[in-house]
Amino acid sequence: MLNNLFSPKRTSKESSAFTAALLAIALGLIFGFIVMLIASPANSLSGVYMMIFGGFKRLGDVFYFATPILMTGLSVGFAFKMGLFNIGASGQYTMGMFFALYVGFMWKMPSSIHWIACIIAGMIGGLIWGFIPGILKALLNVNEVIASIMLNYIGMYLVDMLIQGNATMYISAKTRTSYLPASAQIPSLGVTNSNVNVSIIIAIGVAIILYVVLKKTTFGYELKATGFNKHASHYAGINYKRNTILTMVIAGGLAGLGGAFAILAPSAIPGSSMTYEPISVIAASGFNGIAVALLGNSSPIGIIFSALFISHIQRGGTLASLYGYKPEIIDVVVAVIIYFSAFAMIMNATVGKFLKKRYRKNHEQSSAGAVISTNKDIKKENKEA
Amino acid sequence: MDTFYYLIQNMLPIAIPLLLVALGGMFSERSGVINIALEGIMLFGAFFGCLFVFFTQNSNVNPQIILLLGMIVAAIAGLMYSMLLSFAAVNMKADQTITGTALNMLIPAAILLFAKMKFNSDGITTDMNFYIKEVPILGKIPVLGELFFQKTYLTVYIGFLFLTITTIVFYKTKFGLRLRACGEHPQAADSVGINVYKMRHCGVGLSGILGGIGGFFYSVGVMDGNISGHTGVAGFGFLALAVMIFGQWKPIKIMFAALFFAFLRTLAYSVALIPFLNSLNINQTYYKMLPYVATMVVLIFTSGKSRAPKAEGIPFDKSK
Repeated sequence: MLNNLFSPKRTSKESSAFTAALLAIALGLIFGFIVMLIASPANSLSGVYMMIFGGFKRLGDVFYFATPILMTGLSVGFAFKMGLFNIGASGQYTMGMFFALYVGFMWKMPSSIHWIACIIAGMIGGLIWGFIPGILKALLNVNEVIASIMLNYIGMYLVDMLIQGNATMYISAKTRTSYLPASAQIPSLGVTNSNVNVSIIIAIGVAIILYVVLKKTTFGYELKATGFNKHASHYAGINYKRNTILTMVIAGGLAGLGGAFAILAPSAIPGSSMTYEPISVIAASGFNGIAVALLGNSSPIGIIFSALFISHIQRGGTLASLYGYKPEIIDVVVAVIIYFSAFAMIMNATVGKFLKKRYRKNHEQSSAGAVISTNKDIKKENKEA
Repeated sequence: MDTFYYLIQNMLPIAIPLLLVALGGMFSERSGVINIALEGIMLFGAFFGCLFVFFTQNSNVNPQIILLLGMIVAAIAGLMYSMLLSFAAVNMKADQTITGTALNMLIPAAILLFAKMKFNSDGITTDMNFYIKEVPILGKIPVLGELFFQKTYLTVYIGFLFLTITTIVFYKTKFGLRLRACGEHPQAADSVGINVYKMRHCGVGLSGILGGIGGFFYSVGVMDGNISGHTGVAGFGFLALAVMIFGQWKPIKIMFAALFFAFLRTLAYSVALIPFLNSLNINQTYYKMLPYVATMVVLIFTSGKSRAPKAEGIPFDKSK
């Protein structure tokens, strides 16, 4: 196993994904800097400094806000591994949130297990919303992208309607849900001035479990095989329909957990809680999950770090508003990062080739004898790439 | 009968954006590029169209002329934005769905950022009146005049004009034939000397033009000349994709699909005005879900024997 871990091929592939992500991030941040420069040149340097380093001042919050997007990122990334694009993480997230809220308000339970029941309920809500596009894709060949986009809208309207129709959950004077009972809230980790709670630990645990599932189980192998080549895996006897449904159900459950984690988080102010405002807007965490998954190269471990990174610059973006910049700038930066990471691998290879060419040129000038060996090296590397 | 007139009059301005954007999607997909960025392209076009209207609204020019000029601005904006997609999808061979998603995410945030900085609001609000109460002469025709030439927008006629042009370009010109070949079998097209890269750029570019115009017509016909970064175009870009699939990637079928969806949406928002539906006393939210649920149902029935272009979503590599 150690051999496998350090084999040259593996390292070069992993590192190229890593440098590709770094390249995309750098381009995104440069773009953000340009926008800041245009908006208000005088503050742009301190603004960018805040955007990049500001998050370190609020580490608790970075972990807290990373939790939901870590879960939606895992959801999108897991489906990616099988070649499915789960753009419906938003809808699954909203459904998870609703199920968690429902159990939190309507079921009376001892406080030690109430929040656990709420989390499980949230997962079930997401499962259901992931099952629908899964079964439609498997049995009726319905495009999962369009189906889950429609389910995002249906879920949003449905949840808003159900919450507004429930007098226990909804206070119409405040146009928000009322405060959740303390028993339904996830225990806090006790960081001052932050809502960071046990759910981040659960989320990281889930990521590790997924890593093991993908690496060490038959199901994970089948999943990845289908993602690489659908027809070959079908020929090898892998049950495509069953795996499609299962993948979408798991992806849905993960996003549902994200929704539950977000709404069940404890509040720093005693006696209050997170609330949900039904305003007919698609949950942003679902789309941020796509960014997280792409940046993490769909690997569960990579996704942990990319979720923390996105959360970090989001906090930084909030702090940049001290200099008059609107926090939306981070959404712009994140979108630019995804755009570039979609073809960063190719860009990375082009940059690499260019650098190698430069390197070769320089060596040709300096010594003729070394050229032969470097050329050989380059050829070797090219083959490996 | 009045209710019927009302529904048709309101349906057409809603159907036109769907129709145009779905036609745009058709060009892109028949050339082999999945264009999920239509939502973003619409919003981009709508934003620049509205920006143009905002700066010209006090100039005493006839509103219909401003509409036409705004349309051109929106078309150019849409074209520029779609080039980001075609650059990534055709030149860089990137994943088309992901690129499209990135482009969709960028625009609402960018509009919010811009509008908050410049106007201190969530979008652009104009007070231009594009509404046509009655078309001269034609509006006097009995039944038909009331259905199609009263209480409407210029966008409706432009939309049907574009449909005609599109159908002719698509089926009756050399360009249309070549475009369709690139979506079905790019290697074969390449072997007879068609430049697949160029055709795909053209396909995406056309979808950008039609998408931008569709977005501007959405803000004119549905939002009364306003655009907001929060609500965007309310999923019309995605609905247009569903319309395109429902229309089996063919212009005339797409028109009927667009009319069908627009009718459902009009119905959903005018329940209170229809005595029969109002007396059923069903929560209005169910009606708002109706277009999306209908899309799902339609997809379920049409996806099995779907005639999607064979090469869509696969980057073309000349050396293969």
